[in-house]
Amino acid sequence: MVVKLDKVDVVVVGTGWAGGVVSAELSKAGYKVVALERGKNITRSDYIGVKDELRYTNRYEMMQNLSTETITSRNYIDEVALPVRTRKEVMVGTDLGGGSVHWAGATYRWKPYDFEIRSKTIERYGKDKIPKDMTIRDWGITYDEMEKYYDQWEKTAGISGEPDPIGDKRSSDYPNPPMKSSPAVNLFMDTTKKMGYHPYRVAAGNLSQTYTNPDGETLNQCMFCSFCTQYGCDFGAKSDPLVTVIPTAVKTGNFEARTGAYVRRVIYKNGKATGVLYSDTMTGEEFEQPADVVVLAAFTFANNRLLLLSGIGRPYDPKTKKGVIGRNFNGQFNITFLGARGYFKNKKFNYYMGAGALGGTMSDFAGDNFDHSNLDFINGGGIELRQYGDGAIATNHVPKGTPAWGPEFKKNSIYYANRSLNIWYTMATMSYWHNFVDLDPTYTDSFNDPLLRITYKYTDQDRNMAKFGIEKCQEIMEEMGADIVDVDEVPDEFDHIYDGGHYAGGVIMGDDPETSAVNNYLQMWDVDNLFVVGGSAFPQFAGHHPTATIGALGYRASEGIIKYFKNGGQLVEAEKKSRVV
Amino acid sequence: MADKPTDVNGKNDMSRRAFLKNSGLVAGGLVGGSLVGGLLTNQFQQKPTETENKHMSGGLQEARVFINRAEDFAILSAATERIFPKDDLGPGAIELGIPFFIDKQLASEWGTNSKEYMKGPFITNIKSTGNHNVSRDQDSQGPNAGTQVPSPTPRYQSILNRGEIFTVGLRKIDQVAQDDFGARFVDLEPDQQDEVLRMFEEDKVEMKGIGSANFFYLLLQTTIEGAYADPVYGGNKDMMGWRMKEYPGPRMSYLDTIEDEEFIKMEPESLRDYQGH
Ligand SMILES: Cc1cc2nc3c(=O)[nH]c(=O)nc-3n(C[C@H](O)[C@H](O)[C@H](O)COP(=O)(O)OP(=O)(O)OC[C@H]3O[C@@H](n4cnc5c(N)ncnc54)[C@H](O)[C@@H]3O)c2cc1C
Ligand code: SF4
Repeated sequence: MVVKLDKVDVVVVGTGWAGGVVSAELSKAGYKVVALERGKNITRSDYIGVKDELRYTNRYEMMQNLSTETITSRNYIDEVALPVRTRKEVMVGTDLGGGSVHWAGATYRWKPYDFEIRSKTIERYGKDKIPKDMTIRDWGITYDEMEKYYDQWEKTAGISGEPDPIGDKRSSDYPNPPMKSSPAVNLFMDTTKKMGYHPYRVAAGNLSQTYTNPDGETLNQCMFCSFCTQYGCDFGAKSDPLVTVIPTAVKTGNFEARTGAYVRRVIYKNGKATGVLYSDTMTGEEFEQPADVVVLAAFTFANNRLLLLSGIGRPYDPKTKKGVIGRNFNGQFNITFLGARGYFKNKKFNYYMGAGALGGTMSDFAGDNFDHSNLDFINGGGIELRQYGDGAIATNHVPKGTPAWGPEFKKNSIYYANRSLNIWYTMATMSYWHNFVDLDPTYTDSFNDPLLRITYKYTDQDRNMAKFGIEKCQEIMEEMGADIVDVDEVPDEFDHIYDGGHYAGGVIMGDDPETSAVNNYLQMWDVDNLFVVGGSAFPQFAGHHPTATIGALGYRASEGIIKYFKNGGQLVEAEKKSRVV
Repeated sequence: MADKPTDVNGKNDMSRRAFLKNSGLVAGGLVGGSLVGGLLTNQFQQKPTETENKHMSGGLQEARVFINRAEDFAILSAATERIFPKDDLGPGAIELGIPFFIDKQLASEWGTNSKEYMKGPFITNIKSTGNHNVSRDQDSQGPNAGTQVPSPTPRYQSILNRGEIFTVGLRKIDQVAQDDFGARFVDLEPDQQDEVLRMFEEDKVEMKGIGSANFFYLLLQTTIEGAYADPVYGGNKDMMGWRMKEYPGPRMSYLDTIEDEEFIKMEPESLRDYQGH
């Protein structure tokens, strides 16, 4: 028996940055908001005293329990997809705050080029530069329009940083100065500067000083304690939804976060979403939560899956290339984090210290910052040296040629534990008609609902760009004075490892309802009161980390929802009309 | 049609037997006649030797909670010691308590795969049960190998959980030792032990339900974890692993030292120190 609850103004599925921003903005505006989160209730005290590499880094303590639900994966349309079974192979956030709690904090804005990639590529290089199978799109929104949302998110999150010297217009500086640097980061910065590039310190969600954000939430200064990525911060010094948007929402008195609430369907009647159906994970009871507006902010996988399971929107069919939901699946997978590792025989770094986003970076080979006329790919990526602060299990890097075990391995892994540095190319991924998601015909979750199936293969575009980036990383590492420089090989094929949490697409944004699912307010073209927020909206992936863009889209969506409450209907048509008037 | 979970992904699949033949193992003389389908002898009924007993005595965390047979534990001890041997840098696997660490891990939710997706159908062909854990082959993949090894199917497709894989794997190690070298694994010379382990590493041993390389990489991964995880899990005894690496353990803050040019060596502290018990 499904228990029907009292109606609220807005129900939000998921409590990461996407769901958190929307919850805070709507409850501040006076609407009654309920956020449903499948995972546990979490507070800072859950992290105090638990700096445990085995439990968090190697056993993925904070990631989704896959025994109830996972994804299936294949490369080609004629293959059978197999389930991705272990947490070593897929990282998906869960619990209050979601993956946005165990993120590292590296913060980038995407470029004007990224938002209008199709037109800008054609404009500069001609139509033929875009391969026939590539399905990249303009977003239906420009960087200039996005700027204020980026700005708002950076202020809420208290980002510490300095501007990219060859970056784009900003309406204001980062709210906090950049973090302290370290010798390893300085070495990267000095070397790349000498080489004629434009390095700068990675903008960080790890705070360089104590800071109170515009909503009145106070964040603490980062301690460089190094237990950051894949961990919650026990100092309240990493910007996440638990120390920013969620408490802001709670303070309004209009907000309730309900944890252990696993959403299974969006309820959909006569062209409108009327609420969601969820199961209480502690009791197994089923509830219907009615609402005037439904917001899906459950990260890429769940956003796609919930729409497909609920029969909302036209599913994408790769054979006819028609339909929308599941189209343009994209993201930064393994090939997008390749580069070079340098081993220094006579130099030791305090590499056990660090913070998630402590690092140096440069965008000289990102986006369209460099001429692609004679290159066999479009777009590019950032080059980063990060000092996360590696644990003792993590620092087992040895030069090529060292056996993987035995006496020589032991000797080298100990010798180089504090003597190796890594640089990588965080390259972009373009979308293709053959990379998509749909429902798996065989494998099911614990409710016997089909799992989400991912079909993804690399293309020459990916391999060529990776090769280009690896060479650049190698040059820099050699210039940095490493005695041994090992480089990554470009893999032939995608290996079904979904780590790092940068998966996107499927419910993409655009200006054409034939090929996009949501308009530039993240409102579904087909369902006016359903907003789908998060990386699922990216039509393709830029060459930088995604979260600032997800946060910014959260603000954009919030503005849209408030407009929708006032005027109803399709916001983008409404805008166009008002422009004509 | 394409959606039926049969052997479809094993497009260029070879049967395990053909694979063994093609790999020249038999011809290479390593295997003798009995690699495939060798008989269990009475080795498991034997009493633990003196060395085994020595390995099992010691601190309070040193009692088995997963592995029942002392013989299995002795094989585990000997194998991990070859992977992480004692040398002039410091202790090896046994002294660090790594076999006890692994035993405890196998009893944990990780060992029972309780947070992994273990619903069928399972497809177990050579590709899916084979080496899905090659995360350290950086000679062919490079320093980020851990995140980018190409493989034709998603990796872990075994119906066995990790505890079961270890049980099967440890016994297989002994069987291969008997078949190919005529003695129990623990009694082989170190380089013979290495040879046996290398056969697993190179996926040249036939196992049921899991590729031998897969088992080997689990063994390798847990051995390294046992050397360097917090001592609370039974390995990294007295923080000797951390001391070899000059790793300080969990600390509150490096705010005052993050900019220092000089390498800073500290006496390590554990979670126990950090939590202030
Ligand atoms: C280890 C790691 C490091 C990272 N580092 C960086 C970085 O340095 N820089 C960067 O830009 N990005 C980084 N990321 C990516 C970043 O974490 C994500 O981009 C971001 O968290 C996405 O926010 P979100 O709100 O869309 O999703 P999430 O934060 O994942 O929130 C989604 C929420 O929805 C909930 N949910 C899902 N399904 C359901 C359901 N059916 N019912 C109820 N609730 C549900 C989930 O439990 C989760 O809480 C990193 C990711 C990982 C894994
Ligand atoms: S490094 Fe900084 S932000 Fe990260 S967990 Fe430690 S104190 Fe928090």
